[in-house]
Amino acid sequence: MSHIEFQHRHAGHCESGVMASLMSHYGLALSEPMAFGLSAALLFAHFPFLRIGGVPLTAYRMPPGSIINGVARVTGAHFERRRFRDPDAGMRALDAALEAGRPVGVQTSVYWLPYFPPDMRFHFNAHNLVVYGRDGDNYLISDPVFEAPQRCPAEALRKARFVRGAFAPRGLMYWPRRVPSSFDQRRAVRKAVARTLNIMTRAPVPWVGTRAIRRLATHIERLGRRADPRYTRYLVGSIIRMQEEIGTGGGGFRFMYASFLQEAAEALDAPDLSVCAEAMNDAGDRWRLFALAGARFIRDRNEAGTGELAEALRHCADQEETVYSMLREWLRGRPVPTARVGTVSGD
Amino acid sequence: MRREQVPQDDNRTLGGHRKAVYAADERGRMRTVESTGWSVEELVTSMAVEEFEELARDARARVQDGRCAPLAYHMYRRRMDTQVLAQAVGMMQWRVRRHLRPGPFRRLPPRLLQRYAEALGMSVEALVAWPPEEQP
Repeated sequence: MSHIEFQHRHAGHCESGVMASLMSHYGLALSEPMAFGLSAALLFAHFPFLRIGGVPLTAYRMPPGSIINGVARVTGAHFERRRFRDPDAGMRALDAALEAGRPVGVQTSVYWLPYFPPDMRFHFNAHNLVVYGRDGDNYLISDPVFEAPQRCPAEALRKARFVRGAFAPRGLMYWPRRVPSSFDQRRAVRKAVARTLNIMTRAPVPWVGTRAIRRLATHIERLGRRADPRYTRYLVGSIIRMQEEIGTGGGGFRFMYASFLQEAAEALDAPDLSVCAEAMNDAGDRWRLFALAGARFIRDRNEAGTGELAEALRHCADQEETVYSMLREWLRGRPVPTARVGTVSGD
Repeated sequence: MRREQVPQDDNRTLGGHRKAVYAADERGRMRTVESTGWSVEELVTSMAVEEFEELARDARARVQDGRCAPLAYHMYRRRMDTQVLAQAVGMMQWRVRRHLRPGPFRRLPPRLLQRYAEALGMSVEALVAWPPEEQP
């Protein structure tokens, strides 16, 4: 029926991937790390009182929708966002957009998309993808976390767009109506970095930022002596899943953010930012060491290992605090200290 | 992470797909690298999958004994818990929990059965039939 030329790109994360390829399609070339970094999406948060499937919510990025809104905000693009009460209306609007030659971003559930590998299908409702065409009963889909474009039957896409529950998509469909040909990158980068610094180091609540990493470390340490070991394993497993599962670019988005800092360093001719990028890359490695320790903890059923896990988490917090203090120096126009807490030697 | 450190562990849970991971190349530039997955990730994902499989197995045994309604089995098979199912059908959690009991489930009006069937992506006939036709 309709087919639009659309450049599929394989990305680390769904929302930033969709925003990068949509913006690029509509005329403003943007990489995935830029979309992620400029929308100040980096985070660490652990909410003991928000339980999902019996374990607290852990997040390494801002809530769904932040990247869409953030990219629109910093670039000055005007986004059209539509939600629908009636699924039929939502599917008709999608067809109309495709007829008009417009690829659109769509929010869906992961569980009901048949092209996902069975072990990856969980009830997460804030997945994002681009629909760029229709071939009979199949929609042509550019899903950024897949290497190649996918096809999805209309019935399944409809179900995935209109599930109810946490983060219910309610058929959300979005595309840029107006895209600027350029924007003030220096200003955008500085503002975005300042935002991330604020949330990671000066959050007014203890569940967010580097403070939350240390808090979680203490919590896990204490669990070792008290809690049901099954629960502790499940908790550690969920923290690592949020960090490493498909859609994070690895290392809880820290590697992606490092890539953003590096790209910004080149664009703004600010070599100091490259130094910060390397330090952020090291922070990602610290998170991977934590994940490795966590996997050992789960596999060996080593109840006494919580101290080691807490230690690994504190290393993450240390390294991140180093990066943020370096970034703060850069924002203030002072030279960034090159002395680092210490490099990480892979696994 | 450097390019050569990117795990290529053939993670089974990715079902043959590869994912994009950011890592520094030999000149220190951060680029995406295609990864077949990490064993750590495989472990934690299969742990979550197995949790639901275990719940579904338990529920199946309880339905067999008449201590539980088929709804419980189908809920876990769809990787839902009462929280997710309640949100999907738009009911309070206590109501859904009650419907997991054989008696209240048997007395459900067609309208509510329809809502459950829809949320679970199955037909009403398949929802009430026991033993279930589909195999895991």
